[in-house]
Amino acid sequence: MMIHTSKNLCKLPAGTVVKGKWHRHSYKIVKSLGQGANGVVYLAQGGTGLVALKISDNSSAIISEVNVLRRFSEVQGVALGPCLLDVDDWFHPYINRTVSFYVMEYIKGEDFLSFIHKKGKEWIAILMLQLLGDLEKLHAAGWVFGDLKPENLIVSGSVPRVRLVDVGGTTLRGRAIKEFTEFFDRGYWGMGSRKAEPSYDLFAVAMIMINACYPNRFEKKGNEKEQLRAAILSNSYLKKYEKVLLRAIEGQYDAADEMKKDLIQLIHQSSSRQGKRVENKQKHSRKKKRLLETAFLVIFVLFAYILYLYAQIL
Amino acid sequence: MRKGTLRQILLITDGCSNHGEDPIAMAALAKEQGITINVIGVLDQDIIDENGLREIEGIALSGGGVSQVVYAKQLSQTVQMVTRKAMTQTLQGVVNQELKQILGSHASFEDLPPEKRSEVMEVVEELGETVNLEVLILVDTSGSMKTKLPTVKEALFDLSLSLNARLGNNRFSIFVFPGKRGDADKVLDWTPKLEAISTVFPKLTSGGITPTGPAIREALHHFNKKRSLRSLLSDDDPYIEESM
Repeated sequence: MMIHTSKNLCKLPAGTVVKGKWHRHSYKIVKSLGQGANGVVYLAQGGTGLVALKISDNSSAIISEVNVLRRFSEVQGVALGPCLLDVDDWFHPYINRTVSFYVMEYIKGEDFLSFIHKKGKEWIAILMLQLLGDLEKLHAAGWVFGDLKPENLIVSGSVPRVRLVDVGGTTLRGRAIKEFTEFFDRGYWGMGSRKAEPSYDLFAVAMIMINACYPNRFEKKGNEKEQLRAAILSNSYLKKYEKVLLRAIEGQYDAADEMKKDLIQLIHQSSSRQGKRVENKQKHSRKKKRLLETAFLVIFVLFAYILYLYAQIL
Repeated sequence: MRKGTLRQILLITDGCSNHGEDPIAMAALAKEQGITINVIGVLDQDIIDENGLREIEGIALSGGGVSQVVYAKQLSQTVQMVTRKAMTQTLQGVVNQELKQILGSHASFEDLPPEKRSEVMEVVEELGETVNLEVLILVDTSGSMKTKLPTVKEALFDLSLSLNARLGNNRFSIFVFPGKRGDADKVLDWTPKLEAISTVFPKLTSGGITPTGPAIREALHHFNKKRSLRSLLSDDDPYIEESM
């Protein structure tokens, strides 16, 4: 069996009807929403409205994600991931094989990075507070999200709210992280193990903030800890959150709540400091203006005097 | 189910073999002995030739494992993904066998309704987390692989990081081929940690021929040697019990 599964699954054209073998529900493909490590996600029209449909020829990966989504629905109160609606098999006519798919709630919104790009950097910390709140609940329920990255965050609703999608990396606490992305993986940066524990996700939260300010990401070179520190210090936005970012990177937070508390504190500090700086700047510029006026006056008088002397000599 | 040990050979190469037995036949031999072979083909910028590609896929197919062709840069992530995927595949094979015994010869994982499959998958994941794993890494050091060795080293560090986060035990061993005298040389004997490789890799020199088939045979031999030693030990156990 080859691993390039998602490539084998050629793209389904709009209008294709996917009909489940077991539950007999039909879904009409509208368009592709994106490609993950374990399959393709489509927007589809179901019996009750628009849904997201993930399809893969790796049936064990599909079932494993379904198990996570099912467990999430048991966590009361909040929606930690998209709501699971259906699981089934379908005979794929283009590759002549039965593939597995699951259907979930379609979360309409924008991905994290393009939202920040449009709305401005001040949203970064706010959205991270929301995310940390969700992570706290997820961790309390015994899970670690694992593959935390901007692509798996969707900002939705008229009041912007960040939502977690793609639970492929979600792992039971204490086990080995199932799926990860290098830039957000503390193992890659030599900052800890790949054991599923809250501090693993919190490292990724810090890296998401860094990614928001360095959209092109970067690779590790040599002294990784110093490299990350330098990246934080050389960016004026990240510098304000240096303390909390460094603590998260070093794995010093055991719980999302602790990090959230520190982040709130820094948001308040930075906004009051910013206010003061603006005031200072204004005072400064006023002073500058007055100095300029004086200089201008002196030059003018001097010029008049020289003109007068010249007239006298003539 | 008794918790056993999964045995894998991870072959890292960049092209076609040109010496000795057919590696695909050797892979089939490995499978018969319950050892899975995974193959990773490493590219530079160049495109791999058709024969090389066919051989890489062929070895994995007949060795019951997983294959993937990648650029050197993506190696770390691929090595761990391939290893994990092959583990799941093997475990699922074992579970499928059990299912057949319970449900009849035609039943398999895919024939179960999704709800039942969920339960089976939980068992497979539980096993994947706790089962013991032995990986023999077989690195091609012929000719053009030379420049890729630092990346290979890093990828192997990364692999041990991923696998050591599991609850089960791991043991790794590294062979390189062609060897100084024989077809393959052992550069690291069974060890739970791969940290030791940093001292091994800089000393490697690259040779001209690529004896992939004989190298796999050598690797199998290493697995068997250890197993026969262990079976000797386990034969001793009842004797000790009796004498006590």
